Amino acid sequence: MSFVQNFPFFSIILSLLCTVVSFILNGKWARRLTLFLLCAGTALQTCTLLFCCRGNIRYTYMMGHFAAPWGNELSIGILEASLALLFGVVMLLSVLGGSEHVATDVALPKQHLYWLMVDLTYVSLLLLCYTNDIFTGYVFIEISTIAACSLLAAKEVGRALIASVRYMIFALIGSGLFLIGVILTYSITGELLFPQLRTAVTALWEAGTYRFSMTVAIGLMTVGLSIKSGLFPFHFWLPDAHGQATAATSGILSGVIIKGYIVLLIKIIYQVVGIDIFRASGIQNILLIFGVGGMVVCSISAIGAPRLKTMVAFSSAAQVGYIFMGLGLGTHSALLAVLFQIFAHALTKPMLFLSSSSLMDASGGRQDFRSLWGAGHRYPMAGFTFTVGALSMVGIPLLAGFIPKLYFALAAFGMGWRTWVVLLALTVSTILNVMYFLYTTILIWLPGEERTHVHERVRPRMGTVCPAMLLAGLNLLVGIHSAALAALFTQGIDLFCQ
Amino acid sequence: MRDKPILDPEFSSIWTLWKNGQIDLTTPLRSAGHQDPKSVREVEKYRPRRSREAYSQYVRRSTKLYKIAATCLCLIFITVMLLTVANLPPYGDPNAPTVNEVSERYLEEGTDETGAVNTVAGMILDYRAFDTLGESFVLFTSVCAVAILMNLSGKRQHIKHTKELINYADDMIVRGVCRFLIPVILIFGIYILLNGHLSPGGGFSGGAVLGAGLIIYAMVWGEEQASRIFPAKTVRLVVFCSLVFYCLAKSYSFYTGANHLPSAIPMGIPGHILSGGLIMPLNVAVGFVVCFTMYSFYMFFRRGRL
Amino acid sequence: MTQIFGNLLSNYEDVVAVLLFSIGFCVLLFSRNLIKKVVGLDIMDTGVFLLLASRGYIAGRHVPIIVDGITTAEYYINPIPAGLVLTGIVVSVSVSALMLSLTVRIYRTYHTLDVDALYMMMAVNKGGKP
Repeated sequence: MSFVQNFPFFSIILSLLCTVVSFILNGKWARRLTLFLLCAGTALQTCTLLFCCRGNIRYTYMMGHFAAPWGNELSIGILEASLALLFGVVMLLSVLGGSEHVATDVALPKQHLYWLMVDLTYVSLLLLCYTNDIFTGYVFIEISTIAACSLLAAKEVGRALIASVRYMIFALIGSGLFLIGVILTYSITGELLFPQLRTAVTALWEAGTYRFSMTVAIGLMTVGLSIKSGLFPFHFWLPDAHGQATAATSGILSGVIIKGYIVLLIKIIYQVVGIDIFRASGIQNILLIFGVGGMVVCSISAIGAPRLKTMVAFSSAAQVGYIFMGLGLGTHSALLAVLFQIFAHALTKPMLFLSSSSLMDASGGRQDFRSLWGAGHRYPMAGFTFTVGALSMVGIPLLAGFIPKLYFALAAFGMGWRTWVVLLALTVSTILNVMYFLYTTILIWLPGEERTHVHERVRPRMGTVCPAMLLAGLNLLVGIHSAALAALFTQGIDLFCQ
Repeated sequence: MRDKPILDPEFSSIWTLWKNGQIDLTTPLRSAGHQDPKSVREVEKYRPRRSREAYSQYVRRSTKLYKIAATCLCLIFITVMLLTVANLPPYGDPNAPTVNEVSERYLEEGTDETGAVNTVAGMILDYRAFDTLGESFVLFTSVCAVAILMNLSGKRQHIKHTKELINYADDMIVRGVCRFLIPVILIFGIYILLNGHLSPGGGFSGGAVLGAGLIIYAMVWGEEQASRIFPAKTVRLVVFCSLVFYCLAKSYSFYTGANHLPSAIPMGIPGHILSGGLIMPLNVAVGFVVCFTMYSFYMFFRRGRL
Repeated sequence: MTQIFGNLLSNYEDVVAVLLFSIGFCVLLFSRNLIKKVVGLDIMDTGVFLLLASRGYIAGRHVPIIVDGITTAEYYINPIPAGLVLTGIVVSVSVSALMLSLTVRIYRTYHTLDVDALYMMMAVNKGGKP
């Protein structure tokens, strides 16, 4: 067993230790510790990813002296390592870009607790990528929920408190339903680790015993995780929570936290239940319909949103609808499209939130569209990154947002009635995306200084602008070199779905 | 089931004032804790798109719609869950799927492999120790979250927020009884902590009992006296050291296990108090964390700081 | 149909757990007071733990603490659900504490506990739909 195989475990323990150390530090040092942790974590995940690619392996890591099913395990492969690497990079850039807003939005004696919550979010995301045990997944989902709520409620100004109450109520309903699903699964099968659960579930489904409670258990786990990721009929907490938070928190919430729950759902569908049983239970079609509904309804709500950040948050809900539509199709090519969508959205949304905050600063702190008229001329770099983000969301080629839409369309062919539903939904939602994103982009670049009373240019702050530019660069990179990424993901999916 | 909005008669309620037309809700609502004017970034002045009557009509209609949807959801949910429960393995059945080789090994070889007589303690602190590590961090996360929300900073530190309804300082009976009761509670808590691997108990229950003892002390003798004995620095240091010890001890165990190296921790004789390898020290660490977490919750809610 | 009733009667602990969960769920959805919502959440979690703990019981067997040197697995009940319930209770306490501190903080800022009033304030201030 090579030393590199320990690296995911090292990053988890390092995050937990940094969390505890941040408890006794002051704000400045806690921030430096968080940045060190995110850099170190990114380096460790890169080494793990290279090791898995080179050897084309997917291995399990025993947490303790006892093998599964008596002890706990992590499972590490190409997909898991690349997702963990993505989450680390996105969190690092969001945190770097939003640090100045954190310094003003959060009270000084509590800033070390804010950075502590960022560390906890990182450890829970690492674990949701790597876990091989369903109950460990539940415990770290709870850590992620409490940490996300604190990140949201740490902001002292504005309506963040009311948004966080609504977020907590929905999140706790989701956790409760997920836990009941786990308990029902355990009562029927008697196992908690993914490989053993898979064999038990397949055997039970073929024998036909406990079929109703098995379907209900799978349905409850899916509904619980969908509520927490903001799928269409359960998305009412998302616009307020993501729109009211400080810039770094919005980037982390929209970019990575909701993706963590989706990654756990993908692992449950493919490694606990198996895609055949998931299709046979009928839950897959329901996910497709809700995903399509989310794409259309949330885009319509985004058109009617009166504030910039609320509009960007509604667009998050719409993009999550794309992901669930892909999960509802259920083929390997659809899973490839889902992975590309996770990557594209995680790289784009924090950039949009950071540039929205900068544009707001350039418009006197206002977010309504009248005040944003011509904001691009007052803060050109923020306008540039917002434009790149908007074009990526719409799906212009050369940018990262085009690739998942192309792969979704390719995956939809040959699926019967689903082909028409998916293609129609893609068309309608792209038109709606154009309506609100391109409208806003044109608005911020129109020269109209007499319409607002804010005339002066804002001096660009390097700390906020450079991470957004880096995200834009990564976006372009993913858009241009998508073939290499597609090969990597295909290799990972083959190992993942065995 | 119509309950009226809860209004405190002493404080002016923004809801009533808005309904009576006395204030305009378009002024920014500033938070009570943070007074820094530089932080008021988002100055938002909007003209409401609809009139007040239209708003209240909209709210009434959407409340009715919400109630109908929620009723349907609850009825469907109860029906589905009852049908599911009818489809589960029977209660108390010895041939249930949950009775398999996993629980068999925990019971038959648990004492030899973990050294604990209490097989549940052996399971949560040795076989499935990673879940317990996560659980301790859930508790730690929530105490930090309560600290973010409740900790008063700056000028608000010396303002009392709760009315003193009952003051135990002058009550002879309560003080006399507690003078006898608190040491008994603390000794019982320490007994539960140390005996976690031999009898029912462990870090979480023992820590809860110890925390209850500290809370009674803070209630009866006053929060200032309690914070003199357990100042904020001590509490933070103890929680920090316990969690660091827990992480490092368990990561040694995980690392040696994953790399198939032998563990250097002695197992001891089952049934003795110094046995079970790492289980007893971990119980003590978890007990400290839980005890000071409960005490911190009480102090944060009572007076805003430790 | 009679089989379903028979199963419900024999799984009476699970039925009570599901009813507790439903009561808590209804309180969480229907009440307007924030503290009542937190109480509903607590009742929901209690129902879930009862469901989990009742899955470990085996009729006629003893508590899983090794006594008298008897180590045969047929003498004791299943210890796994007890360990999972321990974790669940700690999680439930943590989220209740967080929700209550949010409630206290909201009361200090807005002087009301009515969620409809809070969402209304948010909607009016946004200048759009709630």
